[in-house]
Amino acid sequence: MEPYPALHIHNVSVRFGQVQALQNVSFDLEPGRTLAIVGPNGAGKSTIVKVALGLITPDQGHAAIFGHDAGDRPDRIGYVPQLKTFDRTFPANAEEVVVTGLRRAWPARVTGVEARLAHEALEAVGAGHLAGRSLSHLSGGELQRIYLARALVRRPSLVLLDEPATGVDFLGEHDLYDLLERYQKLSGAAVAMVTHDLTAARFHADLVAVVNRELYAYGPPEEVLTDESLKQAYGHRGHGHRVLVL
Amino acid sequence: MQELLDLFSYAFMQRALLGGLAVAVMAGLVGTFVVQRGLSFLGDGLAHASFGGLALGALIGAFSAGTDLLQQPLLIAVPFTVAVALGIAFVRDRTGLASDSVIGVFFAVAAALAVLFISIIPAERSTVNVESLLFGSILAVGRTDLTVILVTAAVTVATMLLLWPRLAYATFDSELARTDGVKTRQLEYVLFVVSALVVVVSAQMVGVILLAAYLVIPAAAARLVARSLITMTLLAIAAGVVSTLGGLVLSWAFNVPSGSVIILSQAVLFVLAAVFRRS
Repeated sequence: MEPYPALHIHNVSVRFGQVQALQNVSFDLEPGRTLAIVGPNGAGKSTIVKVALGLITPDQGHAAIFGHDAGDRPDRIGYVPQLKTFDRTFPANAEEVVVTGLRRAWPARVTGVEARLAHEALEAVGAGHLAGRSLSHLSGGELQRIYLARALVRRPSLVLLDEPATGVDFLGEHDLYDLLERYQKLSGAAVAMVTHDLTAARFHADLVAVVNRELYAYGPPEEVLTDESLKQAYGHRGHGHRVLVL
Repeated sequence: MQELLDLFSYAFMQRALLGGLAVAVMAGLVGTFVVQRGLSFLGDGLAHASFGGLALGALIGAFSAGTDLLQQPLLIAVPFTVAVALGIAFVRDRTGLASDSVIGVFFAVAAALAVLFISIIPAERSTVNVESLLFGSILAVGRTDLTVILVTAAVTVATMLLLWPRLAYATFDSELARTDGVKTRQLEYVLFVVSALVVVVSAQMVGVILLAAYLVIPAAAARLVARSLITMTLLAIAAGVVSTLGGLVLSWAFNVPSGSVIILSQAVLFVLAAVFRRS
């Protein structure tokens, strides 16, 4: 039994120049729970994840992972970044990317044990056939699976995902959440994911944080995803997002 | 064949060969990251910084007659070029400007300083051969030069082997590497410093103008055909070694400048790589 929350965000404020990205945000995420962080564009959702990873030092407050300062226990975190336009010509294959999740460094040569673990992780995310494929030959959805395998191969106690379903088709999205749920049941890990998709938050998380610089609501989706909290956070219902009528 | 063996029986050719191979290995190791990070212009910027540093060294030497130590321009050029490399990294971090813009500023300032320093040196005290600085002469590498190159090569190879896994990770995805505790910014500073060392000790061999090519062409050719970063690194080293050997032999056979033949040999390898590039 873990004595500390998987993720502890305490009174966190972050400012980028003149822009206040986060203001006095506090919440705890216990092991075994799945949290969806929702809010409009520019609400500071990804900033929360970056604070948790130790990539951004807050101007005020602090973040802790299982009682350790953010950034001190990368071995306990599996991170799936936003699918971004990185250099697709980087000479590497999927297996090497997954092995970075084991080594926390780039492999000059992949050992037999690493290859086996990487292959198991790739199989688990339905991408076993992609192990030897060059990064330049992967689609967005395939790349997202590779990153997920990379995050899970180290068997993390906390999985952090930043817009995991962006660029993934409907079936791929369904598979992704299914995989996460299976991993969580198996490992008892906590999962925190940033998403703009309120439907995903409603059906794939047991906790939701509604954020727009401040934390507007935190709790089970049926209590949090209400007209009132969404109006507060988004300004008005709809706001270009898929809002469920609850 | 015997003629070729005879060629390398000369001490000056042995020094040229050893020095050239050392530069090829260093440039291949460092150039892989320079090219993969889109910093190819860094080689030009640092080459001109080394020109400024060598000119400053010559200026100080001209006014320090009798002080043997200060008669070695490289002793001034090394810290000068390293300072410029750190300056480029620092200004880029602080201003958020693109690398090529910052390198362009330092490039121009270093070249201007070089011209200024050389113009100040009184003609009767001048030991500077501008043509030699610009175009280099691999066949004129002396014992001291070779020692400096070999020591720098040993330091560079040890540093790059030690940092390769983390540098490669940071080059692939800087944010991901940072989440795993890799000090990406410090690593980049080290890469800039090592690049400066490679450039400044190589300047006298291939010259300021052709020097950036040593850092970029073998690695760029390797990138076209390699399927992994380690293969790219090894191929970049191999391309540098082959072009150095080939360039030395061809320059002797046709009695043409060795530096330019080495670079042209690299260009031939680049064209071949472009033709047979990976799909």
